Amino acid sequence: MTISSSIPHRMRASMLALTVAAAATAALFGGPTSARAQDVTLINVSYDPTRELYRAVNDAFAKEWQSKTGQRVTIRASHGGSGRQARAVIDGLDADVVTLALAGDIDAIARESKKLPDNWQTRLPNNASPYTSTIVLLVRKGNPKGIKDWDDLAKPGIAVITPNPKTSGGARWNYLAAWAFELDRSKGDVAKAKELVGAIYRNVPVLDTGARGSTTTFVQRGLGDVLIAWENEGFLAQQEFGADKFDIVYPSLSILAEPPVALVDQVVDKRGTRVVAQAYLDFLYSPAGQRIIAANFYRPSKPEHAAPEDIARFGKVKLVTIDAVFGGWTKAQAEHFADGGVFDQIYKPGTPSR
Amino acid sequence: MSETTPEALSEDPSGAASRLRRRAAARSIIDEAPATRVVLVALAVGFLLLFILLPLVAVFVEAFRRGLDHYLASFADPDTQAAIWLTLTVAAIAVPLNLVFGICAAWAIAKFEFPGKSLMITLIDLPFSVSPVVSGLVFVLLFGAQGLFGKWLAAHDLQIIFAVPGIVLATVFVTFPFVARELIPLMQEQGTAEEEAALTLGASGLKAFITVTLPNVKWALLYGVLLCNARAMGEFGAVSVVSGHVRGLTNTMPLHVEILYNEYNFVAAFAVASILAGLALVTLLAKSILEWRYGDALSRTRLY
Repeated sequence: MTISSSIPHRMRASMLALTVAAAATAALFGGPTSARAQDVTLINVSYDPTRELYRAVNDAFAKEWQSKTGQRVTIRASHGGSGRQARAVIDGLDADVVTLALAGDIDAIARESKKLPDNWQTRLPNNASPYTSTIVLLVRKGNPKGIKDWDDLAKPGIAVITPNPKTSGGARWNYLAAWAFELDRSKGDVAKAKELVGAIYRNVPVLDTGARGSTTTFVQRGLGDVLIAWENEGFLAQQEFGADKFDIVYPSLSILAEPPVALVDQVVDKRGTRVVAQAYLDFLYSPAGQRIIAANFYRPSKPEHAAPEDIARFGKVKLVTIDAVFGGWTKAQAEHFADGGVFDQIYKPGTPSR
Repeated sequence: MSETTPEALSEDPSGAASRLRRRAAARSIIDEAPATRVVLVALAVGFLLLFILLPLVAVFVEAFRRGLDHYLASFADPDTQAAIWLTLTVAAIAVPLNLVFGICAAWAIAKFEFPGKSLMITLIDLPFSVSPVVSGLVFVLLFGAQGLFGKWLAAHDLQIIFAVPGIVLATVFVTFPFVARELIPLMQEQGTAEEEAALTLGASGLKAFITVTLPNVKWALLYGVLLCNARAMGEFGAVSVVSGHVRGLTNTMPLHVEILYNEYNFVAAFAVASILAGLALVTLLAKSILEWRYGDALSRTRLY
């Protein structure tokens, strides 16, 4: 149901009856109603920390699209844990585009709902990821617990905040980054990696469902000594609450996170939005889009288009890819996060934290 | 006094007298231990202040933390306006529906005997006992793309979940008992004698309902509608499951409060929350006025 935003606010009360009738009509016929035929609405179902990024992208894209075509486009956004958002799209949320935290979640949409082809990731450059990011450690100012690297998180008495890998994409990157660190340090000893990651999760007092929930737990409710976070979430927390409150610690090794984007073919064909939805995704790769991406603390795939000072902020860290260390998302998902997988073996709710 | 049944008439005087005696006895016990009374009152007042009043005040303090300008500016955001508007729309559909359903259910249960009646009374209470999350999931299982009717709905291009119809359905479900639960005890107590009299005097069934039954229950009805409306506008859990959280489209006020809060937009979050809290206060005030002015008619609801 679209209640046209072009109706003056004061007129709305008198139109209540009309609206009820319109809503009833929508209930009966379902089709999206649009105030003006040339206006178009896109729905972008995204993961948790991208709220600020897509607010900026949506404004810029709407301006560009209108000047190019004369058509007014409104982008509606929905944010939440990546896995939960994928589930909503599978259950029928009509997303024109999905912009999620990891390829595995869009794979799940393709597999379960057949709304987009299995080869979706080959349709856009860089594995359909217009930007990359990585996982960092956010600590309280001055780093009172002296946290420098992943193995410090496993020490007794350190409270670690990270979301639930079952519902959050960012949490799965967090988990895999710690795993990759120990594999690298121990020259491939899986038992040691399992031991370290298990010890880290025994230090977690609360698992939120999404990355943003964990950030608020850490920065606002003041729980925990360290937050395992998206690099962009760390910078954003500093921007929102002041750089004098938190420090970003780059571990010696982290994972290269590639959050992908995709067109949902079945939805755009049904709603007749394929052209504008494709243009929206292409905009992310454009110089203007890349600049906005860097300004919002994500690592653009074409850094030459971004402001140099935005690029200079990013710390140097050795990055490994999921394909190289874990053999891709499908394998990592099945091995670590499926029911009965490694995560279920090492994390037992109610395990007393040390 | 034709609305009381003969049994109630014969029992009532002795029942009232014994209640009075018990009350007098209880009062003398309390009088003997004033310390206990002070402790109990202090506990109750302290609990109220700490758990009810303090959070309520906190909402308004946070909302006005950065001044009236910022408070009012929160409502200029189109997404916030859309959320308020959607909540009003959903309540405007769900409350009248439950008004009609509630009257029908109460009428059927109070005035007629039929097999399965006690099952029906239990079913009316179901939304109260089921967790709101389950209430939402039920609709996803029925109308979701992978659900029971999902294929059929998709084939006919009908959207229920993640659209206004789904939000209305979930709201109707969780607010269903309010009107019916207010009416059933009152209508049961009133019996059918007045309607029978109206019918013998030549009134049609509909006329008897409008001129006899409805005026008898009007205050309880209003009371039920108030509670129903408050819950319809405030519902979070069930709506959250079926909403999809698309701003400007399927985002209601309670969901929008959460979104604003998670975006570090605290003034706006509490500004929207203050509207919900204000609504609760207005409901409470209206309820108190009703009880004070028409306490007599309403108290009958509680007797049985």
